[in-house]
Amino acid sequence: MAEKTSPYGFRYIGAKRRTKEDPRFVTGRGRYAADIQLPGMLHVAIVASPYPSARIRSIESAEALALPGVRYVLAGAELCAAVDALYVGVDAPKVKRYPLADGLVRYAGEWVVAVVAETRAIAEDAVELIEVDYEPLPHLVDPEEAAKPGAVLVHPEHGTNVLYHRKFVWGAVDEAFEKADHRLAFRARWGRSATVPIETFVAVAQWDAGNEILDIWASIQMPKFPDQLARALRLTGNSVRVHFDVDVGGSYGVKRGMKHTLLVSYLAMKLRAPVRFLEDRLENMRGGDMHGPDRIFDMQVAFDHDGIIRAWKIKALDDVGAYAGRSPLQLGKPVSAICGPYRIPAVEYEPTSVMTHKTPQEAVRGFGQSPTNFAMECTIDRVARHLGMDRLELRRKNLIRKEEFPYRIPSGTTYDSGDYHTVLDKALKAADYEGLVRRRDEARRAGRLAGIGVSTCLEPSGGNSSFEPLFNPKNETTTWMDSCLVRVDLNGAVTGVFGTSSSGQGHQTLVSTVVGEVLERDPSGIRVIAADSLNALPSNSPVGSRMAIMLGGAAAGAARKIRDTLLKIGAHNLGLPLSGVTYRDGDVFDTLHPEKRMTWDQLVEVAHRKFHKMPPDIEPGLQAKFVWEVPTGGTLPTEDGQVQMYPCYSFETHVVYVEIDPDTGKPVLQRYVVGHDCGVMINPDIVHGMTYGGVAHGVGAALYEKFAFSEEGQLLSGTFMDYLIPSALEVPEISIVDHCTPSPLTTFGQKGSGEAGYLGGPAAIACAINDALDPIGTAIAETPMSHLALWSLIRAARAKPKMKDAA
Amino acid sequence: MNEPKSSVCITVNGVEHRCEVPTRLSLVDFLRETLRLTGTHVGCEHGICGACSVILDGDPVRSCLMFAVQADGHSITTVEGLANADGSMSVLQDSFCETHGLQCGYCTPGMLVATHSLLKTNPNPSAGEIRDAISGNLCRCTGYQQIVDAVQLAARRVAAGNGNR
Repeated sequence: MAEKTSPYGFRYIGAKRRTKEDPRFVTGRGRYAADIQLPGMLHVAIVASPYPSARIRSIESAEALALPGVRYVLAGAELCAAVDALYVGVDAPKVKRYPLADGLVRYAGEWVVAVVAETRAIAEDAVELIEVDYEPLPHLVDPEEAAKPGAVLVHPEHGTNVLYHRKFVWGAVDEAFEKADHRLAFRARWGRSATVPIETFVAVAQWDAGNEILDIWASIQMPKFPDQLARALRLTGNSVRVHFDVDVGGSYGVKRGMKHTLLVSYLAMKLRAPVRFLEDRLENMRGGDMHGPDRIFDMQVAFDHDGIIRAWKIKALDDVGAYAGRSPLQLGKPVSAICGPYRIPAVEYEPTSVMTHKTPQEAVRGFGQSPTNFAMECTIDRVARHLGMDRLELRRKNLIRKEEFPYRIPSGTTYDSGDYHTVLDKALKAADYEGLVRRRDEARRAGRLAGIGVSTCLEPSGGNSSFEPLFNPKNETTTWMDSCLVRVDLNGAVTGVFGTSSSGQGHQTLVSTVVGEVLERDPSGIRVIAADSLNALPSNSPVGSRMAIMLGGAAAGAARKIRDTLLKIGAHNLGLPLSGVTYRDGDVFDTLHPEKRMTWDQLVEVAHRKFHKMPPDIEPGLQAKFVWEVPTGGTLPTEDGQVQMYPCYSFETHVVYVEIDPDTGKPVLQRYVVGHDCGVMINPDIVHGMTYGGVAHGVGAALYEKFAFSEEGQLLSGTFMDYLIPSALEVPEISIVDHCTPSPLTTFGQKGSGEAGYLGGPAAIACAINDALDPIGTAIAETPMSHLALWSLIRAARAKPKMKDAA
Repeated sequence: MNEPKSSVCITVNGVEHRCEVPTRLSLVDFLRETLRLTGTHVGCEHGICGACSVILDGDPVRSCLMFAVQADGHSITTVEGLANADGSMSVLQDSFCETHGLQCGYCTPGMLVATHSLLKTNPNPSAGEIRDAISGNLCRCTGYQQIVDAVQLAARRVAAGNGNR
């Protein structure tokens, strides 16, 4: 747990503080979208396509409609004519996506018909009575096949399955490859997994006919959600009111739910009744459209005898499934840290986003960075192995040094600050690295498979949109603001208001801590609310590890305005110049004669009631908003694709000790240490919690979780019986070692941490597994490194005569 | 519609409920939709995630895998019933707040039910025993660590006799 007092010298920031949110959750008083019960509410169940690719010949729904309690049956033809297609993140306007398929189905599980009934059970009964006649069509599951000319097309109108392709060359890459002493090439594969929150998607819509406003309660985490929803419904933005005060039961990127919400919105307006859709787990896994990156990396690296890396080339082919959304942009974020934490002067990056007949991909924690970190760290370990050099020595040689910050990488982004060597050393010390090496070697002598993995990875944070114009020149978005409103009421109580939903990040705690810090008032008395979208200031939602930076900065900015106003009121009433007064604990006093003062209550009373005592040009009432653009944001990419991507760069190093049971292939993570530097931590317990959770996600992605598809295009892991989420027995005890290199760009020196743990975890686990496999002359560069995959490799290696890995 | 219904008498958090329920109504839907006790959550509806855990006659069970009619004549405690008689948080609930043993809160009721039951039979569990007890409850936020910390803290506080708050 966090220290009682702030290690940074702040009053509240960094000190142990219970969260605002936890009490309602431990007492069963959270309010999630599924808890919203509206009078006369109707329920939706879905008829999904059993085919990965087919033409819908006919839909027969008379029998379903005749079932008592069934209110409506909606098919794609009606819906697609009445709403606009969902937003596509890249320039692919003909890749149209609607909540229900119309004409063609493009993946097994795609929604075809929505049945509305008085209860969910009746709706599900009616689903069984609907007959859809399909004409099966050829399908694709292999992304490499899909990218080839002449492949079966997922969207024939688009003319190709490729959504995005570009080769970026930053620096003298070819020259570096020519001149380097060594070159290596290998393929790494990141399997399709996702963060899979325990709450599925839920959306409730109600048409307020009197005011002509559509009210929405949905489990979402998404930038520009209300605007996109209004556009798709052909409504004005001010006709949609998204209630951000519902608790979201986990997201970690995936809770976009636009198609879910569009569907219930249309139905609520059509039927003039509140409509709820609550995904069951099967619907969520196959048709929730929340699968994560599914990537093939072809890595090439050029380096010298001494271990200095001169250049690398990263080719990334990402299978986004049947529709686009924002998923192709997950190849974009890695541009922000394309050389990792290393001094690599020349980089080539060739991302390709391709469609197949699979469940669509959505944003997943890290937005494509964790797979890239995994591929980069596998590269680093292979270089070390090739040179016979210690992996830590190789990293230390190539890591950017503390004194080199701010450090500009070849792709145009400047890293704000860092002290990678120190964090690495602290983590190694905490892990007793030498002791681990002895333990590993003893285990090996005893005939066991044991390995140590170390990763050094970056977490780009402060979520910006730079990949949008980078990947789509028609999109000139350079604004990616967030905001906060702080209000002091007549009785002197402070309220912070923000405008997005929360899914466990602790935004109420964040805002109250920051506002308390600035106003020098106890955060426990500061109320924080999430306004609805018609009442809220602009937000780009908690994506890209941005809220400590962006909402924290906005809350501080608003609170400072309040403090400035109180200072002016105090100075005016004390008859002093502004320079002669001091603010402390909410009071304003004469700096030279502190007994001459106005208390908080007096100042507030003047602001609210006593206009005659107000200084000129100050608004009465006491509230202030602060909207700020993401630091370093606001510029478009250059022609050659150089761009300042994210503002802040957190660093993490993971040290993992693994032993693999050679007979079952089961890996056990016996020691796990994370060294973490995300600058100033506003609430250390929250940061640590996210980091532990990120590691758990990393353990899942690295070892267990996969949305596997059969050759026939069927999802094989659509339940928790076969999509394996790590339990408390698979996730090891984790030790976190903190370090603080403040960011020069943020209000208190904070950086982002929402993706911590996940960004370095799979990389380190892969390095540990490969260290364990090395003595038997085999290797793996594919996630998940399942028991079966490891068992197969071990078996094959043992069947062969002994030889050292040539890679 | 003429759905088959059955009469049940189920005691939930000390309150007896006598009513007619559709025979096919799951226990979790009965708790959430009929009684409006929405603290119990639904995560997978196939018995893996544990979010719907409730205490049935003293033992944790999956309320998604039971029908309401199967609970006829039984006594159930949900997360809403874990607080002290005066409505204040139990030691365990308070300890979850102290260690931040949750984030989004969705799995939390199940975790509380599982660990409340654990502490009843094993007042001083090791970290391994706690992990074992919550191994049937999936959490995607915490990596379980601060949950284990919370349960250990609660056990220490009860043992020290200062837990009754």
